[in-house]
Amino acid sequence: MSPSYKPLTREQMAWRAAQDLPEGAFVNLGIGIPTLAASYVPAGREVIFHSENGILGLGPKPEPGMEDENLIDAGKNYTTLVTGGVFMHHADAFLMIRGGHLDISLLGAFEVSEAGDLANWTTEDPSFPPGVGGAMDLAVGAKAIRVIMDHTDKKGNPRILRHCTLPLTAAGCVKRIYTNLAVIDITAQGLFVVEMVDGMTLEKLQSLTEPQLQLSESYQPLALPAAMAA
Amino acid sequence: MIDKQVKSRGEAVAGVADGATVLVAGFGAVGVADDLLEALHEQGARDLTIVANNAGNGDVGLARLINSGRVRKVICSYPRSGDYSAFLNAYRDKTLELELVPQGTISERMRCHAAGLGGFFSPVSAGTKLAEGKETREIDGKLHVFEKPLKGDIALLRADKADRWGNLTYIKSARNFNPVMAMAADVSVVQVNEMVELGSLDPEAVVTPSIFIDRVVVVGDKA
Repeated sequence: MSPSYKPLTREQMAWRAAQDLPEGAFVNLGIGIPTLAASYVPAGREVIFHSENGILGLGPKPEPGMEDENLIDAGKNYTTLVTGGVFMHHADAFLMIRGGHLDISLLGAFEVSEAGDLANWTTEDPSFPPGVGGAMDLAVGAKAIRVIMDHTDKKGNPRILRHCTLPLTAAGCVKRIYTNLAVIDITAQGLFVVEMVDGMTLEKLQSLTEPQLQLSESYQPLALPAAMAA
Repeated sequence: MIDKQVKSRGEAVAGVADGATVLVAGFGAVGVADDLLEALHEQGARDLTIVANNAGNGDVGLARLINSGRVRKVICSYPRSGDYSAFLNAYRDKTLELELVPQGTISERMRCHAAGLGGFFSPVSAGTKLAEGKETREIDGKLHVFEKPLKGDIALLRADKADRWGNLTYIKSARNFNPVMAMAADVSVVQVNEMVELGSLDPEAVVTPSIFIDRVVVVGDKA
């Protein structure tokens, strides 16, 4: 039986998260789906992207043939600098992350708990060495820490849990989750569903989510513009 | 007359002792002192502790030192970058110790040493596995973890231009760890693309002031 709702694609999730990046915000985008959000900032809105390897004013991917060997992003892919962009060294790049200077840190995740605990740095696969990179720094310090992730794992198990099962990246840091099914706010009063994809019901969403969900007073359907709906 | 330029990359890394802690600048493959790492390989020091963001790529530079069994310990944030087979093999053979440190904590620990401070409390990693065994303190209601300063015996750096005093400029995101590592080692050695006349670097544009630099070697076309 096919579901009566259509989960968002990676690009659609990134688009939705990008709508919440306000004019003038300094934003760090994590590796993976968050990086895609840079392409969907509404026209006319100026948002400045930060990269942990010392860039403030990260631009889009370079055109083929225009790659600069000295200009890469946190994912170690070639990137560009926007007009007005600057470079800084690592200690200053992380001072910006840790010290509350960034407005929004948008991260990928494996699991998020109802308390806003984040697990996004290790799956504890014993055959590989662990790597943390900037994950723990990025989960601390930004004025708002938000997550983009699939609502469930590949087997359909919830990834929004009462308690994370994987090692924590940081405790109590996540305030909003964008999934392929919904937008959910984490508050002291619990988890509030702000938006759901077309055809989704609170009952169905609850069955895919471990902690209790409530419908937000400001609930509205998650509406994709025609250009993103294809 | 002060002149920190040395003629060869071998001279640049002379005197590194067995057991030394080596700060290796760079992020991914960018801003890495590849020539100095090759020179260190030729120089022969063993039992090294390497501080770097990543843990080598392919079989060059840091990866080659690991493949040659010269590295005892790696302090890094993210070993799983690029072709890290050299690190992976040594890690699985348990011939190499890994100290995993959040990226901002590594750079701040070095800055802390450079600043003459005895450590700092950071909220990063509080309550996680990486904070196990570390002193903690609640500051303004938030849990913090005590982090110690981190110093190198030698730093291997890469910059764009230098003058004979050792003032440095960098190129774009190749700056990364270079300035903070330059400040945090007993001996800081830099490979540059070009030597320029003293006075020709804009004083407002110098990123690493000469006080932090001990030896400069030119590599590439303008050597």
